[in-house]
Amino acid sequence: MDDQLLTLGLYIGLPAIFLGFGWFIGYLSETRHERSLQKREDALKDVEVTDMRNPPGFSDSSGQCMLVTGEAVMASDVFKTWVFGLKNVVGGESKTFTRLFGRARREALLRMKAQAKELGCNAICNVRIEGADIGGNASGKGGKRVSNMAVVMASGTAWLRA
Amino acid sequence: MLIVNTETIPGKSVVELKGLVQGNTVRAKNIGRDIAAGFKNMVGGELKGYTELLTESRREALSRMAAQAEALGANAVVNVRFSTSAITSGASEMMAYGTAVVVE
Repeated sequence: MDDQLLTLGLYIGLPAIFLGFGWFIGYLSETRHERSLQKREDALKDVEVTDMRNPPGFSDSSGQCMLVTGEAVMASDVFKTWVFGLKNVVGGESKTFTRLFGRARREALLRMKAQAKELGCNAICNVRIEGADIGGNASGKGGKRVSNMAVVMASGTAWLRA
Repeated sequence: MLIVNTETIPGKSVVELKGLVQGNTVRAKNIGRDIAAGFKNMVGGELKGYTELLTESRREALSRMAAQAEALGANAVVNVRFSTSAITSGASEMMAYGTAVVVE
């Protein structure tokens, strides 16, 4: 009787601890990343970003321009992925994964802005944002391959606005 | 070599169109990155190994495209676009393509 209770406890308890650990670390890392994103966005606020091909002032500018790029690959923790698996039963929006993609996009754009600033430019035009299929193997369980990665690549032309 | 993703470069005009140039690279992730990514999928956060993979691939593809443009005698590449696709579960191809032109 005791033995069976112990086995049952381990069968439920161990995965619960595993998921709880994932949830806790995931929550910490998400809030830390949000704060870092906010801080860096405030620092790079002066770099103007647009997806226009020919923003006002571009064709009259000095001609110093260069392609700049930024990419980010974000993963979600095991708890969020497990909850998402449940969500797949009833359908609907997964706000957590939407937030994950949002963070990946902001990170990619920030890196692009930082590269532009390094080149001495203060504006970026013709910004394109894409996803990529890099076939993540990371959470393979036998043959099942679920990609829990948000891959975002941003590119644009950095120029100097006088 | 000037590389931009707009159609025109301010202050310069296109004198001659050399043609479409492209550069691509296929990179495989290595076991180390996959294991690290597997761990990161437990706790969440950025997969720096994969990000580096993407950054290096883009840089390599762009430099190959620039080399092809230089071989054609161009001094700029305009309207650059990227494209990726997974080839097998362990590798993905990154391609950069654009129009090589002579500007002055």
